Amino acid sequence: MSQLTCTSLSLGYEGKEILSNLSFSVEAGDYVCILGENGSGKTTLMRTILGLHKPMKGSISTGDGLNRREIGYLPQQNSIQRDFPATVREIVISGFQGQCGFRPFYTREQKRRADENIELMGISHLKNRCYRELSGGQQQRVLLARALCATRKMLFLDEPVAGLDPKVTQEMYALIEKLNKELGITIIMISHDIRAAIQFSNKILHIGSEIFFGSRDEYIKRTASEWEGNYGNL
Amino acid sequence: MEIFDTLAYYMQFSQVRYALIVGVLVALCASLLGVTLVLKRFSFIGDGLSHVAFGAMAVSSITGALFSGMKPLIDGTGDMIIVMPLTVISAVLLLRTGKNAKVKGDAAVAMISVGALAIGYLLMNLDVFPKSANISGDVCSTLFGSLSILTLTQGEVNFCIAVSIAVVIVFILLYNKLFSVTFDEDFATATGTKASVYNLIIAIIIAVIIVISMNLVGSLLISALIIFPALSAMRLLKSFKAVTICSACLSVFCATLGILLSILFSTPVGSTIVAVDIAAFGVFSLIGAAKGGLKK
Ligand SMILES: Nc1ncnc2c1ncn2[C@@H]1O[C@H](COP(=O)(O)OP(=O)(O)OP(=O)(O)O)[C@@H](O)[C@H]1O
Ligand SMILES: [Mg+2]
Repeated sequence: MSQLTCTSLSLGYEGKEILSNLSFSVEAGDYVCILGENGSGKTTLMRTILGLHKPMKGSISTGDGLNRREIGYLPQQNSIQRDFPATVREIVISGFQGQCGFRPFYTREQKRRADENIELMGISHLKNRCYRELSGGQQQRVLLARALCATRKMLFLDEPVAGLDPKVTQEMYALIEKLNKELGITIIMISHDIRAAIQFSNKILHIGSEIFFGSRDEYIKRTASEWEGNYGNL
Repeated sequence: MEIFDTLAYYMQFSQVRYALIVGVLVALCASLLGVTLVLKRFSFIGDGLSHVAFGAMAVSSITGALFSGMKPLIDGTGDMIIVMPLTVISAVLLLRTGKNAKVKGDAAVAMISVGALAIGYLLMNLDVFPKSANISGDVCSTLFGSLSILTLTQGEVNFCIAVSIAVVIVFILLYNKLFSVTFDEDFATATGTKASVYNLIIAIIIAVIIVISMNLVGSLLISALIIFPALSAMRLLKSFKAVTICSACLSVFCATLGILLSILFSTPVGSTIVAVDIAAFGVFSLIGAAKGGLKK
């Protein structure tokens, strides 16, 4: 049983399809990279899987003990309010809100785990700092810590390294790999960085005019033969 | 010490004491949701609703005139019994239209709010109904708050106290949920918080607050009461909790000061409070700028 299965999914806005007949499945512990051009519908796919947007056709199902509400995510930057007065800790602990139900306050256990996740992301020294005064990379870590509060099973990351410098980018990738390898969290990452995709992921979903879904090795073989095809004719 | 003597003299009157109690409570409630309102770009609801409340007030005074049998019922709680449900319903409608991308959200809000203003004023001036002696006075005080110190009945004061306590309790219970829904509604929804329910609750609380503040500051000035303390606090403070607490305290302080000043200088209560709020905003901005300058 896969953790996440999408079958013949069609996505779009107001009757206009931008992606059609998309099928793929994700197993526990996978590290999936979603590649595709700007505007090809990667973010839309993520929002649809998260239940923020309705698919036009097809179905999305979860299994293997994963609840649809247990998918944490890191939004594409710029979707968050810039001038929000909130400390790192306030934001991280808000990741637990979905599990609270009608309980009005966070439990001691949740507070402890929030601190743990802050520690894990290496931002303990920023705990009481104001979110809007942090650098882009630091903000990403805060949101990642929040996502970890929401789930320990599956994380959806929308361009987590966009706008980060090379050093911080490497740190971010290392962090994500640690979550995948050490904590066994399934990672689905949207990215434009094909090199990193090939380096870290075990499966690749390429969307656009042509849809590809398969293991990383198949993807490498395929792109390699495409290159040969293109240049062989020269 | 002349000022204190004058104030002590006024404090003997129950009217003045009532006004202070109601003023402080209303200011407290109004400021609580200010942060959420500003950050969620929900200010349009506050603004639209205050106009709706004016229209509802007109409807209420007419029904009061038409069904004089209902008069005791209406008098018991002021006009609340009609204005409150009408405003709450409009809040729900405004939230729906404001979020709807197909109908131009803000245009729809403008239509509702300006429409309510116009119809309200029209209704107040219809010949069919027995006019009160002083229409423009009535209209003016509904829009800008009462001219002199409030004339509240014991019933109205009790109603206001009960509603305020309810608002504060609901706010405290929902505080964490409001935070996550305000900070990142998508994330909250995706991870299982029913954001639309809380948005609805926010809209309803705003409607309730607007109705109870209407007597004090008038419908046009309510938004100021809601937004200024939050904006001031956001100039200086960095955590959501601190901003919330600070804007509540600031709002209570400004309301008290405003009411006292309006008694001393016999100025209109509503605009005096708003003037104090503006002054506070100025001071906070200056301190904020100075702090920022020092850091650099
Ligand atoms: N709210 C919306 N209403 C209508 N169309 C939209 C909406 N959001 C996105 N689109 C369109 O859907 C398409 C896919 O957008 P999406 O944001 O999913 O792309 P993306 O693959 O994430 O691109 P990027 O790499 O730039 O982040 C685009 O053509 C965009 O114009
Ligand atoms: Mg995108």
